[in-house]
Amino acid sequence: MSIATQRRHRGLTQFANSFRQDRTGMTGLVILAIFIATAILAPILIPDAALDVTKADGGRFEPPSFSYPLGTDEVGRSILLMLAWGTRISLTVGLAATLISMVIGTAFGIMAGHFRGVGSQALVGVTDWFLVIPFLPLAIVLATVLGPSTLNLIIVIGITSWAGTARLIRAQTLSIEGRPYLERSKALGAGNWYQMSRHVLPNVFPLVLANTTLTVAIVILSETTLSFLGLGDPGAPSWGALLDRAFSSGAVSRGAWWYVLPPGICVVLVVLAFTLVGRAMERIVDPRRAS
Amino acid sequence: MIISAQDLSVCFDGRVRAVDGVDLDIPAGEILALVGESGCGKTTLARTLLGLEKPTSGTVSFEGQPLSYSTKALKKYRSQVQLILQDPLGALNPRHTVYDAVAEGLRVQKIPGDETALVADALSRAGLRPPERFFMRFPHELSGGQRQRVVIAGALVLSPRVLIADEPVSSLDASVRGEILNLLLSLRDDLGLTVLVVTHDLGLAWNIADRVSVMYLGRIVESGPTAEVLTNPQHPYTQALLSVVPDISRTAPIVLTGETPDPTRIPSGCRFHPRCPVAMEQCSKTTLPILIPSRGHAAVCLRISDSD
Amino acid sequence: MTLLQFRDLSVDYASSEGIVPAVRGVTLDVAAGETLGIAGESGCGKTTLASTVLRLLPDSAQVRGEILLDGVDILSMKWGRLRAVRWSQAAIVFQGALHALNPVQRIGDQIAEPIRLHQTVPEKQINARVGELLSQVGLPASRAKSYPHQLSGGQRQRVMIAMALACKPALIIADEPTTALDVMVQAQVLDLLTGLVRDASAGPDGGMGMILISHDLGVLGTTCDRIAVMYAGQIIESGPALEIFDNPKHPYTRALAAAFPRIGDPTARYSPTGLPGDPPFPGDLPTGCAFHPRCPIAVDSCRDSAPALVQVVPHRMAACFKVDS
Repeated sequence: MSIATQRRHRGLTQFANSFRQDRTGMTGLVILAIFIATAILAPILIPDAALDVTKADGGRFEPPSFSYPLGTDEVGRSILLMLAWGTRISLTVGLAATLISMVIGTAFGIMAGHFRGVGSQALVGVTDWFLVIPFLPLAIVLATVLGPSTLNLIIVIGITSWAGTARLIRAQTLSIEGRPYLERSKALGAGNWYQMSRHVLPNVFPLVLANTTLTVAIVILSETTLSFLGLGDPGAPSWGALLDRAFSSGAVSRGAWWYVLPPGICVVLVVLAFTLVGRAMERIVDPRRAS
Repeated sequence: MIISAQDLSVCFDGRVRAVDGVDLDIPAGEILALVGESGCGKTTLARTLLGLEKPTSGTVSFEGQPLSYSTKALKKYRSQVQLILQDPLGALNPRHTVYDAVAEGLRVQKIPGDETALVADALSRAGLRPPERFFMRFPHELSGGQRQRVVIAGALVLSPRVLIADEPVSSLDASVRGEILNLLLSLRDDLGLTVLVVTHDLGLAWNIADRVSVMYLGRIVESGPTAEVLTNPQHPYTQALLSVVPDISRTAPIVLTGETPDPTRIPSGCRFHPRCPVAMEQCSKTTLPILIPSRGHAAVCLRISDSD
Repeated sequence: MTLLQFRDLSVDYASSEGIVPAVRGVTLDVAAGETLGIAGESGCGKTTLASTVLRLLPDSAQVRGEILLDGVDILSMKWGRLRAVRWSQAAIVFQGALHALNPVQRIGDQIAEPIRLHQTVPEKQINARVGELLSQVGLPASRAKSYPHQLSGGQRQRVMIAMALACKPALIIADEPTTALDVMVQAQVLDLLTGLVRDASAGPDGGMGMILISHDLGVLGTTCDRIAVMYAGQIIESGPALEIFDNPKHPYTRALAAAFPRIGDPTARYSPTGLPGDPPFPGDLPTGCAFHPRCPIAVDSCRDSAPALVQVVPHRMAACFKVDS
């Protein structure tokens, strides 16, 4: 094994060990694992019939009971099963859109911070344009053009939510650009790609991680908003769609708290879990703070 | 001459003349100290010699060949001429191990061969022995002197011909500084390296330099063998610089008023005249020539009728 | 008249790696009108020692011993009394003037801040007092209107000194006041500081004491009356400045003195002198004499027991077994 792979291997083991000792990080990880397991196992554990309006067997707005732990909705379906199925949609949309958003934002941010001149100004211009354009009209226009589907929802959210990240990463890149080790790297003959990938990226990465947790939160909320406006896949009962249905069916005025609260609590739990894991990773990845 | 500059000028934003007409010759195997205060253009000059800054006019030559600024030629040039920065903690990426920091040059330049052996060799030549003990360490786990040795090893790994060191010991502890200077001296003696040390520290020049060039506001005002320039300074600026080195056996210091002026407003005539304690009337009117490199001791000042 | 006395002062920092001793039993006097230099490298405890005078240490620091300022123990002072003493009796010139000044406040307002806090001058006369202070440090009074970024490094350091002088303190502590300044500006600032002490001694308010902290023995040798050299939290040599600079007794002081060579000294040409190794980390000190692993003249006994600071010649103390009395 070469020194480099050895070191990488050792680094990963060390990372895993330190993470295991981080209590808040582990809490977040456990919560996330439960949600992810639910999302993966949903199609196996939940019969299709449970979500079918025509095959619903419960009463309307039944409060929680033994057979329906979280009660039923306006047509008598089990909220718990719908919630579990919604985890799958919400997490898929949340993670995929966040990934798109982070990749675009990080790439734009690093390039805008690393290069000088017209190219950089153009990148900053595009970023600012996306930042000032109101999110909803742009997302609605895009979603209408692309048509309602889960994939389109991911694309729409991904390309409308990266600008803030790009701004942040650019600022961090600019401060790293001033560090002497980039000067040293240049003096060693390193090109732009090498400098950006070996020096800038690893140093902005903790920020990217921390920002990811926030972006996941925003993205899941965006998904809720767009689904609420009927721009998501009508057949996919995401948490947003669930909330939307609860609202339109009058669950709030009927006092059917079991219909409104669980999707909201799920959103909060997932966002919290991501934040805990992100912060723990940040603590470990930064060797200056780890010591 | 391994590295030289002809009538070199570097301007920023079209008005800041950081380097304003410099001729410089460094023969192979020499240690030259480029001395001056901050803002005198010494760091810009060093960066230009490295090809990190493109001259506005004039040329930099390496082994008699003018430097080409194409990406490919520059990359090749940089394996020959290496930079050592002032602050070793800043010069090392906090997320890279010592091994990665030293191997970086090999990876960038795509040098074939046994990377581990080359890195170990460079580390031990820089005085970090046994090198394997340092491979996995991070910069923040090392002392200041060790960090600077890692930076030096990172330069040595490419087997360069020239080292350009910008204030290599000014951020180090006083008791460590001698060891790093000794290392630079031994690199010259053992490997025949040429070293350009950029510094404000005349004691450092006295410690290791063969020759000294004194810079003021973008120009070299005095140049010559270290022993002559520092014990028998000719230019009033060099005299003033020497007089303020803390030393109780010396005569009364000549403390100049003010600070090095802004390079956007270079005074007419001799650029030192507004601060010069012995300025004459014609100093503000007469344009002085650029100091031509020679092996001897020379200074540019109207008070000196003939430089020898 | 003794202005400040450290009596067997120790400072420990509580950290995740246990107790880290930064200062280990320092006894030292500063007289009014006197300039004391404290020499030492990073981590030797010199900055911690200086910070104890105004009790500016973080909560993790445990201070033992006594610090008598004009005969009153600072460590047992109540908060209100301490606040009155801060700046009006003892003031600090911090290192790194760029960071110690507020970038969005005018220079004049920053200098006036301690005066307003301690109400030493009626409000109407504050502007006049600020102008007076600026001219005392060699800046035109019109500079009061400037912001820090409009000043050069040397001018900012002068502003820091003016701030320290604002309440006419009896003691000024200058912590590396010339680091990061050019040699010529360093000479200007040192001239200014020594001039201030000299003028105060001749003035009506009695003498002002100064503690000058630096890693450059040459700077201290030319500006101070006495020098104390610190290593690993202890004073290892003290005495009159010129004697210490000229004829250091302790091997560490000798290495410090040789680090910045005398220009013209042929023995220093092509032979820079330094010490092997690095200053020890305060949390992991060697046994016996803390200097023995780096000492060129160490003997076996140095590893086992630490030498005490004793008088070697009149007025001079050193802590080394190999120094003859």
